[in-house]
Amino acid sequence: MSGAPPTLPATRLTAWSLPRWLVPLSSVVGLLALFEVLSKTGVIRPDELPAPTTIFKALVDEFDSGTASARAWETLQGWALGFGIATLVGIPAGILIGSSRLAYRLVRLIIEFLRPIPPVAVLPLAVLLWGTGIEMKTYLVAISAFFPILFQALYGVQDVDPVARDTVRAYGLSPAAQFRHVVIPSAAPYIATGLRLSASIALIVAVAQEIIVGSTGIGYAINQVRNANDISGMYAYILLAGLMGLVITVVFRAIEARVLHWHASQRQEAVS
Amino acid sequence: MIARLKSLALELMLPVLLLVLWWVVSAGSTSPYFPSLKDIFQTFANTWLFERVGTDLVPSLLRFGAGLSLALVAGIALGVWLGLRPLARRAADPIIDFFRAMPQVALVPVAIIFLGIGDWMKIAIIAFGSVWPVLLNTIDGVRSVDPNMLEMVRVYGVPRSERIRRVVLPAASPQIFVGARLALSIALILMVVSEMVASTNGLGYFVLLSQQTFAIPEMWSGIILLGLIGYAVNLIFVVFEHRMLAWHRGWRSAALGQPVDSKPRRGATGPAAKPDNLVERTPQTAHTEVPECSK
Repeated sequence: MSGAPPTLPATRLTAWSLPRWLVPLSSVVGLLALFEVLSKTGVIRPDELPAPTTIFKALVDEFDSGTASARAWETLQGWALGFGIATLVGIPAGILIGSSRLAYRLVRLIIEFLRPIPPVAVLPLAVLLWGTGIEMKTYLVAISAFFPILFQALYGVQDVDPVARDTVRAYGLSPAAQFRHVVIPSAAPYIATGLRLSASIALIVAVAQEIIVGSTGIGYAINQVRNANDISGMYAYILLAGLMGLVITVVFRAIEARVLHWHASQRQEAVS
Repeated sequence: MIARLKSLALELMLPVLLLVLWWVVSAGSTSPYFPSLKDIFQTFANTWLFERVGTDLVPSLLRFGAGLSLALVAGIALGVWLGLRPLARRAADPIIDFFRAMPQVALVPVAIIFLGIGDWMKIAIIAFGSVWPVLLNTIDGVRSVDPNMLEMVRVYGVPRSERIRRVVLPAASPQIFVGARLALSIALILMVVSEMVASTNGLGYFVLLSQQTFAIPEMWSGIILLGLIGYAVNLIFVVFEHRMLAWHRGWRSAALGQPVDSKPRRGATGPAAKPDNLVERTPQTAHTEVPECSK
């Protein structure tokens, strides 16, 4: 299939034999240099947006004092616990509901109603029940990650190729073997996509509640240094949050690519 | 007819049962955090019919609508532009990746620095946070447009604006809708968060204030209203998507030798629609979500 259509300009670039990473790298460096100059010359007020070098230096300082790594760890902890719970509950629940027509129809409306609720809406309730500690963070992250995972797992199971399902049934494979060889492989790409999407939503929610109610972590640090009028420190923590999101996305995209790679090749064989 | 009623009854059974259970169990509730469902409904009626509609609901919806519209317009326009220019796209890639991956709520303090705490700050943060999935999916969608078709309309001398309107945008639209749906949920989150952090009105403000002043039934009513809004907005989106992509489902079903839109086994887009989305992307461009089957 045509993931990247063979376009002419791409061929031309290879003819120049530029390394692939050169263009992205130079655009990032160029943008940073532009901000550096604008900030240093005062076109952008440095107390609104400090120069990138100042922000990097602030980030290094925060790491030197140990604060940055502590805050990052706190955010990561709440994220990982909540996301882990959501995964452990969401995947089996999705597979179970997806496997049974009756179960699906019983809970369909409930899922359809609960899924689009913005997870931060229940933040005040969570604060009442659990205070502002790690329990609350875990709970909120878990419910925000739960629905995308549940939904994708459910959908993946339902989308099993009926011919494949009937074939293994006709060949008399045991239900366990049917599940292992047909249902799981076909649902895996959907689940992987669900995991990636909910991982990033979970991080948004974790940081959001640190900013709003001040449970400790990167979001809390952003507020704290801002209140201390340390603007470059604030940008440093925002950069840290961004880097964290980037790492999480890259990891989950790699997982997804592995599962999808299998899926794509499998389908191409089936088609040809 | 009877079969349809039966099926409806089956689907409604559990939700109704749960509501009744909630009603009965919470009836004599003395817990301050879990008021009786009756109280919550009463408070809901008192608060949202229609006393605070003008002060909190309308401002929230306006910010949400303005922010999301900006994100859609900017994301699609920029996405088409970048999608047709491989060099520019590769230059923009790392920047887009960074902002898509970052928890956008962390930018709320920056928005406050630049724009204060007024409506524009909220609109800006909603727009800036939710533009990235639209942009990424538009680029992906534009890149997967059949290059032969593009060449052909160019050879036939179709003007550029017409090429984009009649070939590029329709071909990319299924992917654009996937991005728009992701943007929708991020925009809702950012609406609530920006109102919770710095605001003097709006739903997020109302819910958080109610909690802080221990007006618990009010808090519950606000949470329920946010849920209803999330549901309604999603429903409107699905109906719109269903109408806009009707041709797409028909075309795909025909291509796969299936009857056109005759009773899809389940869901709006039909089973045939799903695997395509998974297959047609390389890992580098895998930002897309499987379109969902809501109806």
